[in-house]
Amino acid sequence: MSEAAEIKIEQAERKEARANTILYVDGVSVTFDGFRALNSLSFYVEPGELRAIIGPNGAGKTTMMDIITGKTRPDTGDVLFRSDVDLTKLDEAEIANLGIGRKFQKPTVFESHTVFDNLLLACSGGRGVFQALFHRLGNAEKLRIEQTLETIMLVDKRDETAANLSHGQKQWLEIGMLLMQEPELLLVDEPVAGMTDSETEQTAKLLRSIAIDRSVVVVEHDMEFVRDLDCKVTVLHEGSVLAEGRLDHVQKDPRVIEVYLGR
Amino acid sequence: MTDYRQKYQMTPVIGWLLRDRGGMILLSILIAASILIPVGNLIVPEGSALHVPTWMMSLLGKYLCYALLALSVDLIWGFCGILSLGHGAFFALGGYAMGMYLMRQIGDRGVYGNPELPDFMVFLNWTELPWYWFGFDMFWFAIVMAMFVPGLLAFVFGFLAFRSRVTGVYLSIITQAMTYALLLAFFRNDMGFGGNNGLTDFKDLLGFSLQSDSTRASLFVASAVMLGICYILARCITNSRLGKVLIAIRDAESRVRFTGYRVEYYKLFVFTVSAVMAGIAGSLYVPQVGIINPGEFAPALSIEIVIWVAVGGRGTLYGAVLGAFIVNYAKTFFTGVMPEFWLFFLGGLFIAVTLLLPKGVIGAVPAFGSPDRQSVLAGLRKRISNGRANQGGKA
Amino acid sequence: MRIVMTAVLTAVRPRFVWRISVPGLIAVCAICAVIATTMPHPAHAFSDEELRNVTEKLNVKSATKKIKAIDAMAADGDPRVAPILNAMLEGNLFVRDSDEHVVIGAKKGKVWSHIDIVSGEIVGESSSKELSKIKVNNRLRGALRDALAALNLFSKDIVVRTAAVEQVMDARDPSMLPLLDRAIEREEDPTLLARMELAQATMALAAGETPKQRMAAIDVLASETTPQIRAVLSQFVASAEAEGYEPEVIAAAKGALKSVEGRLSMWQTLGDVYRGISLGSVLLLAAVGLAITFGVMGVINMAHGEMIMIGAYTTFVVQQVFASIFPSGSPWSLMIAVPAAFVVAGLVGIVIERCVIRFLYGRPLETLLATWGVSLVLQQAIRSLFGATNQQVMAPDFMSGALELSNGLVLTYNRLWIILFSLIVVGGIAIVLRYTAFGLQMRAVTQNRRMAGSVGIRTGYVDALTFGLGSGIAGIAGVALSQISNVSPNLGQTYIIDSFMVVVFGGVGNLWGTVLGAFSLGIVNKFLEPVAGAVLAKIFVLIALILFIQKRPKGLFALKGRAVEA
Repeated sequence: MSEAAEIKIEQAERKEARANTILYVDGVSVTFDGFRALNSLSFYVEPGELRAIIGPNGAGKTTMMDIITGKTRPDTGDVLFRSDVDLTKLDEAEIANLGIGRKFQKPTVFESHTVFDNLLLACSGGRGVFQALFHRLGNAEKLRIEQTLETIMLVDKRDETAANLSHGQKQWLEIGMLLMQEPELLLVDEPVAGMTDSETEQTAKLLRSIAIDRSVVVVEHDMEFVRDLDCKVTVLHEGSVLAEGRLDHVQKDPRVIEVYLGR
Repeated sequence: MTDYRQKYQMTPVIGWLLRDRGGMILLSILIAASILIPVGNLIVPEGSALHVPTWMMSLLGKYLCYALLALSVDLIWGFCGILSLGHGAFFALGGYAMGMYLMRQIGDRGVYGNPELPDFMVFLNWTELPWYWFGFDMFWFAIVMAMFVPGLLAFVFGFLAFRSRVTGVYLSIITQAMTYALLLAFFRNDMGFGGNNGLTDFKDLLGFSLQSDSTRASLFVASAVMLGICYILARCITNSRLGKVLIAIRDAESRVRFTGYRVEYYKLFVFTVSAVMAGIAGSLYVPQVGIINPGEFAPALSIEIVIWVAVGGRGTLYGAVLGAFIVNYAKTFFTGVMPEFWLFFLGGLFIAVTLLLPKGVIGAVPAFGSPDRQSVLAGLRKRISNGRANQGGKA
Repeated sequence: MRIVMTAVLTAVRPRFVWRISVPGLIAVCAICAVIATTMPHPAHAFSDEELRNVTEKLNVKSATKKIKAIDAMAADGDPRVAPILNAMLEGNLFVRDSDEHVVIGAKKGKVWSHIDIVSGEIVGESSSKELSKIKVNNRLRGALRDALAALNLFSKDIVVRTAAVEQVMDARDPSMLPLLDRAIEREEDPTLLARMELAQATMALAAGETPKQRMAAIDVLASETTPQIRAVLSQFVASAEAEGYEPEVIAAAKGALKSVEGRLSMWQTLGDVYRGISLGSVLLLAAVGLAITFGVMGVINMAHGEMIMIGAYTTFVVQQVFASIFPSGSPWSLMIAVPAAFVVAGLVGIVIERCVIRFLYGRPLETLLATWGVSLVLQQAIRSLFGATNQQVMAPDFMSGALELSNGLVLTYNRLWIILFSLIVVGGIAIVLRYTAFGLQMRAVTQNRRMAGSVGIRTGYVDALTFGLGSGIAGIAGVALSQISNVSPNLGQTYIIDSFMVVVFGGVGNLWGTVLGAFSLGIVNKFLEPVAGAVLAKIFVLIALILFIQKRPKGLFALKGRAVEA
């Protein structure tokens, strides 16, 4: 077979792999001061999929999130959204407006605002300065906010300042804010860190219900929680994918055991 | 709260204002002062107990300009977390624009009697007016420039700084560098702004003598009205959705970005608006004090503005006005009675307010303070542990 | 007024030098007379008659003619001419109305004594009415001074001769050429001889008549490297074309000019680099303490400048104490001031950290405001204690004076010491941070406070000591800066903005970044200064820094990665 033909076939294969993905990460590497945070990381997420990403500390989970959401630029590699939008060329706000929502590891909400205002600010719609200046609260928006308040179980905290919420409630509020953005893809970083068991269970339920009509990528340490999610799992190690599959499948993988339990 | 929202859906501005207790008090005082003080000065005869001497009216007028300047700083620092240590520069630029108009108004009454050129240019053997002085013989042009020049500088500076995400103390340091560079530049005679001496010896404003009581009363009223208008404007901004975005930026900038807002545009907008307000304050200040010189660009003065805001209570707008009056009255008092204690007082104020009164005087008043007020010591203790946690997280 | 002048009364050999003061002129003239008479055959260039004739020519109205006469008098290096010219310069040369003779007048009470120009004897007395002064104007004074300088070429004192050569070279008066030629014949000192030959070449260039003479002069000049010679050559090049000199002469002159200019610009560049390094070392000293408090701890200490000021005042106090108790040891007071300033400023720093800053960790903007307040209090405290005026801090002997390289580059010792001192301080800090237990603990606390605490490091103490270290180093900087700045309560304010610029430019948390930042800012500033002037240069540097921070918000040597962005 000629070389050109080979390249052609390879391109076609890559195109096929990209097609029908909501998120396509291919060969992404990034280096900080000589430290390789991501090493040729490749994986993809299908529309409507719920995906858990696990890995020990320093595996590159948060850096991966940073790259997808435009906070960090990769040294090499492709990051495509809806199989054709190149995310490496856009900034955070543009990526957010495309329909990718991100929840931080540490719950980050607008502490001086009420729960209602937090959701209002996240509400999809005009993001322009003057749109914001002359914005009037419409009934449709209000209805959506009320619905979300119900989804995230914070109806009675509606007019409370976000600073006064408990840790778990802040996590939910943040998820609620992501829902208000109406993203196609949700990236959720350690949503149950510091939560009680019952809160954890409720959060898992919440995420599963969200995942019904959108793609969700969850980064998590907590194995029980990942089991609760009941989805495909990707194991990261030293900046690249170590194993991928159902949780009980990857748990049997000797390399995963080695990474998690030490050698 | 919800009731108000529904009730005033059609006229939200009035709704906000009625609910804004501090603002209502401030606006009432401003309206009362702009009627009573000129009456007390112009109509009540001298010697009466109710007579307001001209010097006091001018002093209060000067405080009003400072209050407007403090308001502009509170708008960015209190609501958007942008600590500008160079706002004196915008104030001074506004002041210079007005000063240039007043210089042109002198006409041939200067020492050298040159109808076109201000005295200092004649002294420097300049033969014609530099191009950037053209148009300043027209009042409207000077007023437009007093807003446009600070606004443009803020826009360009802010565009560069916010786009490349210079935040926090880095931004504070470069705003300080900005005003320092302008200070050095305006000291140069070649700049054509009177060098070291600045612009002074003004005679008329719109044909009225600056020395007359009625002109001074008009300037006082103009300052009070302008402060009121800018207050309402600032309140409209902070109460709008844009204002909520600004507060959100102050609290969690990256969250705002990931929510899809272009943070830099929002900062740029409010920074520019704030600079324009500072420029207006400067242009009202200069005819009342009768001089503008490069000293107004000194970085130390710009830092002082911040303490006015902090003393009054940051993020409240009316607190900034109150703080400007408190600190400047103290300055007048100390420099008059015991000048050597002024810096001790001012320095102590910086320390005490940041340590003990993070919400300023307003925050200490029960009616305005937050419901969960705590003792000063308990607050400190909490702050230490918070500080530690923050630093640990940061490293 | 007592005017001291140097007159040279020289026989061919030996040469004598005297200082003559106007009131004592008579006495001196009497001595002159004695010498004149005791010397059997003084080898005068002029005969008595010639001297008299040439001097009488001064009795004209026209300044130009007077200058001609002066030049004629000086031309032969006759030692007797100097007192006459001096008298003329002082306004003491008169024409006697009775016989139109030129005499030197000396006032004695109301009476003027007439002193003969040749013999130096008193030849008469009169009131001032009978004497008319030979008038001098500024142009003439210049000519007189040049002529006197030329005569000084024959002084016995090498210092006087050296000064005379420089003056002759500056005057560039071709009429001095014969005099210079004679001086060269007699000169024995090789350095001075070289200077004289250079001066000769300078004049020969203008006065030379044949192309050969000019070429020889150009050859001599081409190897020199001073702005003076550059001026001589460029003037010659400019006039040579107009005068229609030979093309090869013009070409040679142009070539010589080019080589002189090339070497001069190299020296200029070297000088700029040195001045830049010197400024950089000052910036470095001012900023290096901040590199610890701001760079390592993340504390914005606006009172940093006041720590420098405290160091400077400590120097002043130590010096006062030394001067009163132990005057002979005062040159060593600077050695004591260094540790003293470190301790005093360090203690003040620790107090500030314990009382103010520790409540504000993690809130940089509030820290900035509170420490600004501290700085105001400290300034006023110093003003109340010491007064608002500048205090004088003496420089020890080894720091005064200068190392003068040829070509006009002057390295003052205090600047050299400060460069050295700044490097020692930075080296010391690097060692403390890297190799001591305290440095290790400090790095541990700043990297992970909670972890450091849990392995048993008392984080509060480390904070206080780190801040104390940064402040103490600022105090040390104050010792050095007291040598070059005014020691006043405003000393700190002068350096605070620059210090922050250096640290931000170099990159926070990086000592080497601070070093490089300081030196590069210093050098850039000094290279801009000749082009734009000192103030504009500073403005340009500030603007450049503002723009630079846009490009690299975290400075030259920023740490990259997730950790620092949070």
